Amino acid sequence: MSVMKFGDAIQDAIAQSMGEDPRIILIGEDIHAYRMKLFIQFGEERLLATPISESSFLGAAVTASMAGLRPIVDLTLVDFIAVAMDPLMNHAAKLEVFSGGKWNAPLVVWAACGGGYGDGGQHEQSLWGWLAHIPGLTVAVPSNPADAGGLMTAAVEHDSPVIFLEHKMLADYWLEWMGGSWRETIHIDVPAEGTVGPVPKKWAAIPFGKAAIRKEGNDLTLFSVGVGVHQSMEAAAVLEKHDVSAGVVDLRSVSPLDVETICNTMAVTGNMIVVDEDYRGFGLSAEVAAVALEAGLKFNYRRVCTNGTIPYARRLEEQVLPNTNRILEAVVDLLDTNLPI
Amino acid sequence: MDYWELYQLMLHSRLFEECVKQLFNDGMISGEMHLGIGEEAIAAGVISQLSPGDALALDHRGTPQLLMWGIEPAALLKEFLGREDGLCNGQGGHMHLFSAEHLSASSGIVGASGPAGVGFALAAKRLRPGTISTAWFGEGATNEGTMMEAWNLAVVWQLPLLFICKDNDYSITTPSQTVRGGHLTEKARSFGLRTLSVNGADIEEVWLGAKEMIEHTRSGHGPVFLHARCRHFENHFIGMQSARMANNPLKEIIPLVPGITKALFRRGGVPFSERLRNVGATLGVAASSKSESQAKADDPILRTRFKLAAEDANRLTGLEDNIQAEIQRVLNEVLSSNNALEKIR
Repeated sequence: MSVMKFGDAIQDAIAQSMGEDPRIILIGEDIHAYRMKLFIQFGEERLLATPISESSFLGAAVTASMAGLRPIVDLTLVDFIAVAMDPLMNHAAKLEVFSGGKWNAPLVVWAACGGGYGDGGQHEQSLWGWLAHIPGLTVAVPSNPADAGGLMTAAVEHDSPVIFLEHKMLADYWLEWMGGSWRETIHIDVPAEGTVGPVPKKWAAIPFGKAAIRKEGNDLTLFSVGVGVHQSMEAAAVLEKHDVSAGVVDLRSVSPLDVETICNTMAVTGNMIVVDEDYRGFGLSAEVAAVALEAGLKFNYRRVCTNGTIPYARRLEEQVLPNTNRILEAVVDLLDTNLPI
Repeated sequence: MDYWELYQLMLHSRLFEECVKQLFNDGMISGEMHLGIGEEAIAAGVISQLSPGDALALDHRGTPQLLMWGIEPAALLKEFLGREDGLCNGQGGHMHLFSAEHLSASSGIVGASGPAGVGFALAAKRLRPGTISTAWFGEGATNEGTMMEAWNLAVVWQLPLLFICKDNDYSITTPSQTVRGGHLTEKARSFGLRTLSVNGADIEEVWLGAKEMIEHTRSGHGPVFLHARCRHFENHFIGMQSARMANNPLKEIIPLVPGITKALFRRGGVPFSERLRNVGATLGVAASSKSESQAKADDPILRTRFKLAAEDANRLTGLEDNIQAEIQRVLNEVLSSNNALEKIR
């Protein structure tokens, strides 16, 4: 085991995969600058700098993958996927079914997501629920360096399209580039446990659809992905002091969901809170409840999600995005207690 | 054309944005900050010839245009500070500035201002004959399909629309000529747009070019394309990492050394000699960021100032003092009413 930063772990896992498999290429804007280490090691033949034209290079990656390459498309921010949604939604995601299971598109879409640094709702969305809604797309959202490298390794080995989302509060280079974290005059809440951590000597794929139980708990269970996992852990630590035993489940992939772990933990605690940085309606938060209900479980339920369009001002953004206080409020509401928190 | 008036517009915008830069560096503005410093002549040359009822479809770098179009500087500054009394109640920030009254809308998505300009032009043609729409974007955006679709649609519908391409040669950090096939204005022309290329650092050239283009499209002769070369003295956004690397190599590059070393020696990949060349290429990005930020010969303000100083140095000093005082007054007004005067966190 060594220790690595979240963003370094992803690039390290990609470097390992690219070293082993010459079919893997990396496509994206400003890739020589944003992915400096990979560019040095693999050069411009395998790191293809693109014009700002997401729909063309993502569309091209779909058929390139169908014809034998293993493209990773670096889309910068997941918000920009809107510009390139057609090749992903109408083509890559549907190929396997349309071809009668005879053809697939093994590409990875790699994008940064998430808010918390005051950049406004065109640069801070999560969108994993929106993407996971489309049949045929796998969506992974890691919360620590080991998972980030392991899930990226799984993504490049996977035989159908995978969306890999790295949260900007975890992959520190995004704040270095965009959020001005180099300014000594600002403070951005970065979850320390997620940004640096132990990683294996050699990367191995972490299977999709396998949640990780970060903390056992008997009274309630918090389900989350990405930064929400760390906010949940923080809330659970506060609750522990008040004799409330809260479990934390890191779902790790939004699609497929680990239905078994969701149901097993619900059978024990009977109290579910989903902490989901994506939009509140029609997304992951509802899906986690739905799969447990379909399994015949009875439980109490609350959710802490992004409520509406993310405004620019930090003060307003804090009210809209999930945070530890909002999780604690939801717990108080759910358990109908008067915890002094 | 009134040089003095145009210089006033440009300098006002420059000093305002210098002030924004200071507030950003002081930690009072969150997120990113894309400044129009270096684009002032393009904004002034066009905006000064627009009429009430004309529309602005802006990109992520629209502060100079909005100032020149008459938005209150204090409203913009308050918006950047995230205040409830800002232009958009602190909810938009510098990339998402909107004013229905000024028919002005911005976008943080590259290429979006193309079709946005088309829609404003369609409304202009049907609802406000004689008015026009303007669509502002960088040359990087011209590689977006949606932008080229917008050119086509504007021609098909023969709309009163001025496309303004602010060309600084860089798509964020990528030299644009390395990711562009064909010739930019020839491409626009092949869609049926009337095009004109000007030096965007030269206010006279921009103003004369904009005059011709605006008259053409306002009089119902179809959409036009003004291409103006410029430099971004603050690069793509303030404090871009590549620029910091060039300006402060010890501080910025040393932390990267372990990663670079690993990339040089790790198993798999291209031969060592090529890897060394790749290191050079990535560091070259830093050098080009720095050289763009220092291309003072292309500063439209300095160029205009030189001319005016020769004409009437006293008048120039008076004008500059007035603008400086005005910006200071706005800053004081905004900061004195900033309840907390606190940083974003």
